[in-house]
Amino acid sequence: MRKLNLKTMKKTTREELITFAMVILVYIVMQILLKTGHVSSLLEGLLVPMCVYSLVAIGLNLCVGYLGELSLGHAGFMCVGAFTGAFVSKLLRDSVQSDLLLFLLALAAGIIMASVFGFLIAVPVLRLKGDYLAIVTLAFGEIIKNIVNVLYVAKDDGGIHFAFSDPKKMNFDDSNGIWLINGAKGINRIPNLSGFTIGIVMILVALFLVYNLVNSRSGRAIMAIRDNNIAAESVGINITKYKLMAFTVSAAIAGAGGVLYAHNLSTVTATPTNFGYNMSIMILVFVVLGGMGSLRGSVISAVLLTLLPEVLRGLKDYRMLIYSIVLIAMMLFNWAPKSIEWRKRIAGKLQKTKEIKKEEA
Amino acid sequence: MKKFNKALSAVVASAMVLSMAACGGNAADSNSQAASSAAGSNTEQSGTGAAFVIGGIGPLTGGAAIYGTAAMNGAQIAVDEINAAGGINGAQIKFLKEDDQHDPEKSINAYNSLKDQGMQILMGTVTSTPCVAVADKTAADGMFELTPSASSTDVIVNDNVFQVCFTDPNQGAKSAEYISDKKLATKIGIIYDSSDVYSSGIKDTFVKMAPEKGLEIVAEEAFTADSKTDFSTQLQKCQSAGAELVFMPFYYTEASIVLTQANGMGYAPIFFGVDGMDGILGAENFDTKLAEGLYMLTPFAADATDEATVKFVDAYQKSYGETPIQFAADAYDAIYIIKAAIEQANVTPDQSVKEIGDALKSTITTIKYDGITGSNMTWDASGEVSKAPMAIIIKDGAYASVE
Amino acid sequence: MNFLIYLINGIGLGSVYAIIALGYTMVYGIAKMLNFAHGDVIMIGCYTVFLTMTRYGMDPYISVALSVVVCTLLGIMIEKIAYKPLRRATSLAVLITAIGVSYFLQNAALLLFGANTKSFSNVVNVPGITLADGALKISGTTIVTVAVCIVIMLVLTWFIKNTKAGQAMLAVSEDKDAAQLMGVNVNGTISLTFAIGSGLAAIAGVLFCSAYPTLTPYTGSMPGIKAFTAAVFGGIGSIPGAFIGGILLGIIEILGRAYISSQLSDAIVFAVLIVVLLVKPTGILGKKIHEKV
Repeated sequence: MRKLNLKTMKKTTREELITFAMVILVYIVMQILLKTGHVSSLLEGLLVPMCVYSLVAIGLNLCVGYLGELSLGHAGFMCVGAFTGAFVSKLLRDSVQSDLLLFLLALAAGIIMASVFGFLIAVPVLRLKGDYLAIVTLAFGEIIKNIVNVLYVAKDDGGIHFAFSDPKKMNFDDSNGIWLINGAKGINRIPNLSGFTIGIVMILVALFLVYNLVNSRSGRAIMAIRDNNIAAESVGINITKYKLMAFTVSAAIAGAGGVLYAHNLSTVTATPTNFGYNMSIMILVFVVLGGMGSLRGSVISAVLLTLLPEVLRGLKDYRMLIYSIVLIAMMLFNWAPKSIEWRKRIAGKLQKTKEIKKEEA
Repeated sequence: MKKFNKALSAVVASAMVLSMAACGGNAADSNSQAASSAAGSNTEQSGTGAAFVIGGIGPLTGGAAIYGTAAMNGAQIAVDEINAAGGINGAQIKFLKEDDQHDPEKSINAYNSLKDQGMQILMGTVTSTPCVAVADKTAADGMFELTPSASSTDVIVNDNVFQVCFTDPNQGAKSAEYISDKKLATKIGIIYDSSDVYSSGIKDTFVKMAPEKGLEIVAEEAFTADSKTDFSTQLQKCQSAGAELVFMPFYYTEASIVLTQANGMGYAPIFFGVDGMDGILGAENFDTKLAEGLYMLTPFAADATDEATVKFVDAYQKSYGETPIQFAADAYDAIYIIKAAIEQANVTPDQSVKEIGDALKSTITTIKYDGITGSNMTWDASGEVSKAPMAIIIKDGAYASVE
Repeated sequence: MNFLIYLINGIGLGSVYAIIALGYTMVYGIAKMLNFAHGDVIMIGCYTVFLTMTRYGMDPYISVALSVVVCTLLGIMIEKIAYKPLRRATSLAVLITAIGVSYFLQNAALLLFGANTKSFSNVVNVPGITLADGALKISGTTIVTVAVCIVIMLVLTWFIKNTKAGQAMLAVSEDKDAAQLMGVNVNGTISLTFAIGSGLAAIAGVLFCSAYPTLTPYTGSMPGIKAFTAAVFGGIGSIPGAFIGGILLGIIEILGRAYISSQLSDAIVFAVLIVVLLVKPTGILGKKIHEKV
């Protein structure tokens, strides 16, 4: 009966429902396992990071998969979100009692800041194409990381002190106040406000938003631009508007991921490993491996690739080597025309045997 | 395309389920492992030696791998020595190491993984930023944590974390003091890594202390993790500003380029480094002439002639074919300090993590330890170590201590 | 005077970026893929020279030649295993595979050679030039790097214009399918491009490590990304563009550090890059992209 319903409904709606069901199912299963104590500390600790990377991958997929523009700077938006969020929650820690409210304030601030940056970067996006666009987004990410490292903000009774690149100029004595952002040391002692439930809710909201966007009139316009922007323009689609929209939303979701990231760790610093181009590329890996334009794929591959290096810990010294081999193998398996052909053949055979079995029954 | 997407997500989804199962399996495995090891220790209790499980976390891959690898190697030597000599109060040490790639998030994963494997005491983490994140987790679990080399003051805010190395502010202040006491120079140029916690931490205090000590800072030039190949500009600015001494609070990998480039441009001020500089003579194929006259303030020198250092350096060279750097020495000491604290507190491997942690954190403030990275080391409740730094100068291609 | 010194230092740094960018841009121009593993091939080349010279005491020239051979073979192998199966897939898929290869090379080097820093000895045995009574010094390495850069640039340009293989490369870069129909061996041509690009990586590596003599398994990744930036700066796919882009990038980095802020030199470099691309969207010497409906 249920199967019939699924078959008669619109294909996109069905796909979306499956994605939501999958996320909720994973959440329920994990909750049961957690409650019954069947989850290792390692996996428990990975739950929030998995949510973070799923979120950012959803955001990037909107940009790469639906808009068709390659971005190598999404770690930069994460960085903006993380620092803004952590800054807000540290600043308001004493005046806001409720953890949830504090997190929501931080989240709002992080999303707004990331959107602003996304919008600013989207302006050059409009002029550039392909790899030139990629390098500009990479450049923005690196600039953000570099600037965050020379930002000094502190709070004491006299109010908030601020300095750029030279902490001596802010005449702040750290014996009677606290550092909010301390240059390369970043933000320390961030309240731990994120959690698996919050992360899952954020993923569901992001999925809902992006699915609605891509299925709306705007979404069709965005995909029309991806498929052929001259044709899109000729039928009266405002390319500038839709590119800006998609890129800004994409950045905002990455920023939300950053806020979640920052509140899961007690410290956030901008280093090449967490907010550099390496991370941007890693997020791109999630999107490409999961399939461009498939949000479910993005979530699955983000979860998978976050788990993979941890599952491989048993290999000791060979861990990262094997990880890279698995990554290459997965890419070849997923994308090589020959492998696709082979998979189709196998799928065809399975289909046939199924049908035969049905007939026999 | 649709069909293909479907096939693809099916494949990936099944892969995920498999990996989840694998992960669950892992969890079960490690649970049962922990259970069996606990059971093992219970049964062995009556016998000869149950094992203390000490975990080590540090970057074993990635750009900072050199420091984590050295620390883990140093710790392993200490563990082997202790185990060969009969263990701690008859109990052996089981040493487990995990990689954190110098990233706070990965460091927490490493910590959780070690916890799953039954870790009771943490020797780590090696680098500062990850250590701040992990220190929060150990505090929540009540685990005793002794970091060999994470030198930021943010590391030791919790009462269960102690350091073997000097704190960054301490090094900055001591360096300024030394330069002014020995009247090495008054015009100082600084080159530092503005994207690194360690380097900018030392620089900040040095700059703050300098006026008090009568030092004039004529140039303050930065580099970052993304542009640390060329130092000609920074050196040129120091030279133009007339710096007689260049203070270099960073690691020897970059310092060896600085020295080469300074030599190339014919600039020869006094170069002054801190503990990260140690190891410069050990870099394979390094032209030691370049480092002639280089001062460094470090607690450890690989060619010190005291018995303990000689023994350690020999063992390290035999096992790993290299001269140990200060990170290795710090971790080596860390294991022995843990041993001393365990013996003093008289804890046993069958106690819970929290019991061991509580006992060790109060005991460590009562012990006095002589190691290869300092003699008469003591700790107060803040977690900071008190020991005297040694000033070392490179003379004729070898370390020599200056009085 | 200081300005001239900075300028010369900038050219020195830029020439190293340029020589790496040449390999990047050549592979991109023909195979239309960003080979993120290029920087790591450089690293392997450096280790080859280092080991053959210091451990086995080989003559510098022989070990450089050997390193060119090793890198060429490595390039061909990487292309066969990791890139060729994806020839008909989206270019993004190849980019990701290239990143996988880059991780693989770094971690393999870490296991093979250890994490410890090696000090590379300068293989360039050319005396520097001293001008203006010793106030201005141009190091031998810089002179050789710039000279080698120009030679490679000229040879590559000649090769592409005047040989059959070069013409085939040009044809493949314009239109793979059309080239195939005209009887060009597309796979062979792309493999050849990788072989040449990787051979160039070995030479670039030797000069890079001669100028900045430390060697770790991660030595290649940062200059790799800078060279990629340089190649885009000059117009990716253009051989003279890579040279100009590299030199300019080096000069901007050094002058930005000297006159604006040493903490922000990365930001300055990338900001200039963005401005240039806004004015000239395909880089300094890049071809205009004509869009077809």
